[in-house]
Amino acid sequence: MSKAISIRNLQKTYAGGFQALKGIDLDVEQGDFFALLGPNGAGKSTTIGILCSLVLKTAGRVEIFGVDIDKNFAQAKSFIGVVPQEFNFNNFEKVRHILIAQAGYYGIPADIAEQRAEKYMKALGLWDKRDTPARMLSGGMKRRLMIARALLHEPKLLILDEPTAGVDIELRRSMWDFLKQINAQGTTIILTTHYLEEAESLCRHIAIIDHGEIIQHSTMKALLKQLQEETFIFDVEGSLTGDFELPGYPARVVDEHCFELALRKGQDLNQVFAALSAANVKVLSMRNKANRLEELFVKLVERGQVA
Amino acid sequence: MSLHEQWVAFATILVKEIRRFSRIWIQTLVPPAITMSLYFIIFGNLIGSRIGDMGGYAYIQFVVPGLIMMSVITNSYSNVVSSFFGAKFQRHIEELLVSPIPNYVILAGFILGGVARGLAVGFIVTLLSLFFTQLHVHDLGFTVIIVLMTAVLFSLMGFINAVYANSFDDISIVPTFVLTPLIYLGGVFYSIDLLPPFWAKVSQINPMLYVINAFRYGILGHTDINLVFAFSMIGLFTLLAALFSLYLLNSGKRLRQ
Repeated sequence: MSKAISIRNLQKTYAGGFQALKGIDLDVEQGDFFALLGPNGAGKSTTIGILCSLVLKTAGRVEIFGVDIDKNFAQAKSFIGVVPQEFNFNNFEKVRHILIAQAGYYGIPADIAEQRAEKYMKALGLWDKRDTPARMLSGGMKRRLMIARALLHEPKLLILDEPTAGVDIELRRSMWDFLKQINAQGTTIILTTHYLEEAESLCRHIAIIDHGEIIQHSTMKALLKQLQEETFIFDVEGSLTGDFELPGYPARVVDEHCFELALRKGQDLNQVFAALSAANVKVLSMRNKANRLEELFVKLVERGQVA
Repeated sequence: MSLHEQWVAFATILVKEIRRFSRIWIQTLVPPAITMSLYFIIFGNLIGSRIGDMGGYAYIQFVVPGLIMMSVITNSYSNVVSSFFGAKFQRHIEELLVSPIPNYVILAGFILGGVARGLAVGFIVTLLSLFFTQLHVHDLGFTVIIVLMTAVLFSLMGFINAVYANSFDDISIVPTFVLTPLIYLGGVFYSIDLLPPFWAKVSQINPMLYVINAFRYGILGHTDINLVFAFSMIGLFTLLAALFSLYLLNSGKRLRQ
């Protein structure tokens, strides 16, 4: 079975001479939920731009479901639905018209386009706004409109570039559920996001890109296994002094009611609590300082910057 | 895409274009109707009655074909230039660029949208002109072909302008500083027979002269220029503009990074 995406030695140098991609290789399996992460300016949007033809590659080969974009880009593009980072619909058009036109661009007749537009407007909570001009929608609704628009031709691959940027938590979680459902139905999804918690909870495979190069490409599980150390924050009853120490552990006081502790992977938490009890410290709550993927991401990107 | 899918995509773009200029009819359809009515009243009736005949016709009859053509030219051009540049500016042109639609279908959709507005305004202006004079169409087939070719040509010119434009200023420069002077000097209001020989010769390098005179021939049967040459030039420029527009789309110049 061909891969959803197969990229070999992909390079992009912009007109000004900036080399955004330095020959990346990347594979995405069919049916995967794939995270493409990286700091700002790393090359994520350039990669996505090349996949959907908004950016012209300088060199390299790209296949989408086995179709080489240099040989039949039209067919390759018919497999893809794109949700870009920035709103890019006609603000003066009604929601319904935007969706039906999008279907038309893929050759879908008006009667089927109407049915699909209704289906996705209902699924994404836009039905009541179907006759509202796009400019009158809230930010969250505009995001959902872009997702509905990308799905109108029922693509095999959905590319989401920061789909939940600026969206409140409740809506973000409902969008996650919707995307999981779409993925479960067989649609391959590529996601870029700055919310690493989002990538960790949704994606099975991950690639991290930095300075135009792939610095990590593996399963999410394998990547998280690399995490050797986790930092926990403990909220305690009473006050901690600045010279508070926990024998045998590198505790650091954050404020008088809180300290943090970096623990090696597999370290026995019961012993930590025993030491805390011995020190007469009553723990009220405990949490991760950062999302696990975030800790790894920061380390990998910092390592890349040092190198 | 199959031929049927391409047809659906083309119809979608065309309907969207027609819906766009119909939605803003106060900006697109009413102003030319008012402007042309003023031309008919002032140049046709008030001043025209003192001018007498022009090229063997009452002055109002002489200027009406030129004014209709002026409306077709400016509206075809401005529809495509504003619509396509607006799509670039708001970035919803990306909806089309990421889709599998062949570039010639995208071009045809926008151009036919421009033609539709040019013809709609031309039709409104023609109806208005009937309040001021009687129109006898000398050669209906020739008139229809010339008006269609002209609308296509200037829609294509508007498309090229939109691709190169970086700001809204850039889409008004050509209509203001190139199109309007050329139309006014292209024999809308006078026959080039009235000009001194030198200026009559200079006028012959103005492409508007051929477009306006060819249309005037279709309506009145009167022309200042060689019709075969005019027809060939309009056809040649339309072909060149279409090929250049397709080249711009295929190369992705100013549309893709």
